[in-house]
Amino acid sequence: MPIALYIIVSVIKIALILFVLLTAVAYTVWLERKVVGRMQNRWGPTRVGPFGLLQPAADGVKFLFKEDLTPPHVYKPLYIAAPMIAVIFAVTSIAVIPFGNKITIAGYDIPLQITDVNIGLLVVLGITSLGVYGVALSGWSSNSKYSLLGGLRASAQMVSYEIALGLSLVGVLILAGTFSLRGIVDAQAGHFWGFIPNWFIFRGGQIIAFFIYLTAAYAETNRIPFDLPEAETELVAGYHTEYSAMKFAMFFMAEYANMITVACLASLLFLGGWRGPLFGPPIVQELLPLFWFALRVFVFLFVYIWVRGTLPRFRYDQLMAFGWKFLLPLAIANLVVTALVVGLWPGA
Amino acid sequence: MHLILFSVFGLVCVAGAVNLLLQRHPINSALSLVVVMGALAVEYLLLGAEFVAAVQVIVYAGAIMVLFVFVIMLLNAGEEEQTHGSRVAWLLGLPGMLAVTVLICWALIQDRTGQVAIGQLPGHPADLAQLLFHQFLLPFEVTSILVLIAIMGAVVLAARPESVQETKREQ
Repeated sequence: MPIALYIIVSVIKIALILFVLLTAVAYTVWLERKVVGRMQNRWGPTRVGPFGLLQPAADGVKFLFKEDLTPPHVYKPLYIAAPMIAVIFAVTSIAVIPFGNKITIAGYDIPLQITDVNIGLLVVLGITSLGVYGVALSGWSSNSKYSLLGGLRASAQMVSYEIALGLSLVGVLILAGTFSLRGIVDAQAGHFWGFIPNWFIFRGGQIIAFFIYLTAAYAETNRIPFDLPEAETELVAGYHTEYSAMKFAMFFMAEYANMITVACLASLLFLGGWRGPLFGPPIVQELLPLFWFALRVFVFLFVYIWVRGTLPRFRYDQLMAFGWKFLLPLAIANLVVTALVVGLWPGA
Repeated sequence: MHLILFSVFGLVCVAGAVNLLLQRHPINSALSLVVVMGALAVEYLLLGAEFVAAVQVIVYAGAIMVLFVFVIMLLNAGEEEQTHGSRVAWLLGLPGMLAVTVLICWALIQDRTGQVAIGQLPGHPADLAQLLFHQFLLPFEVTSILVLIAIMGAVVLAARPESVQETKREQ
């Protein structure tokens, strides 16, 4: 492919994926309000559009036109930079996530992914691990006690759970033998015993790794039951107490974009990515993988909301004890067992 | 293209390091150090050591520097006073630093045996694992024991002696 064409195709892909991601972020908020509403015997948004479907647009307009307050006591450079840091790192990690197979247009193979790097998984982990700066710095630069406590909690919690999160993925890496996300999905092709799909969640005890990953990821994205950085009953709103208008919205965009990244990673690593039954005419066969992938991501987002509607918040010492004394040893045990199984029975 | 990017990020790295020294507020210095780490990661990536680059970001920028920022936030460290340093530092430190820099550059220019082209470094995770777990297994394990000792030391230092707690309870 000539370089000019490559650049044009990349720009189109980036624009499309960003559009889809930001729309998905807006509608995940809508979905959350709707689903949690139903779980609590309320309606959720109903006024704007049918089923309240235009609520995200109304919210967006509201955020843009609200007064952008900057309290006089903040440390201004970091106060302004923190929401940007949060949202930039949350959105960037989508760049290496593949959504489907290659499609062929006019003789050129175009992978459904912005860029395919052979350390894709590490890139995602690296970028999301930088996202903590947005939260920590917003807490510190706001110069208020609630924000500071939220920021402190966030940095301690995210660094702690990152270890369990990383270790839970090593089992999958051992089975797949590659860091490339596309390679990991390719390693899950086919079936065993004739009908069970060859997904990593079913293989070599990785179901444990799956639960460690999901739990740690909930803590990484500061979601209930691990949302202590913004625990509204004790810290007002935690690290974003002093923020208003679009800056406040940026923290939410970052949180939901991170949730979508987690859902994408869980689908790719444990549930076979975009694999699923293909049928119908050729054009449908081309689009079905995208649908299967979106379906998995949707299920994970729904579980996120379901958990939010079900579980109460942890106490802080419970959070730390759970992360260090339960999840981390479990992740290490899972890693050792997986390594032993793969070492002793290489074909299994 | 590689060379241009390499030079640009080299400059970013040095600028971040200088800024780290000049900033008066500890948190700005810590963030400059994050920039240095990030720029170094890009340099590794440009050299072809992609695994080292990723680990650099995950471990240094994503974990260690977060802890630095955490401690600065916890201690609520304020702005520091700018001093000109001692005269000895100016008289000996600056020429010493220049001498060491020149020496390193000269040694690198003289010894061209270990050179590879940009992007040709064996940085694939498999190559690295071969080196780490076959050729350098002993140093690797020794380092892990060193780290373990450091962790145990930290635990011992952090845990309050029981006798102190008991006396407090009696009072």
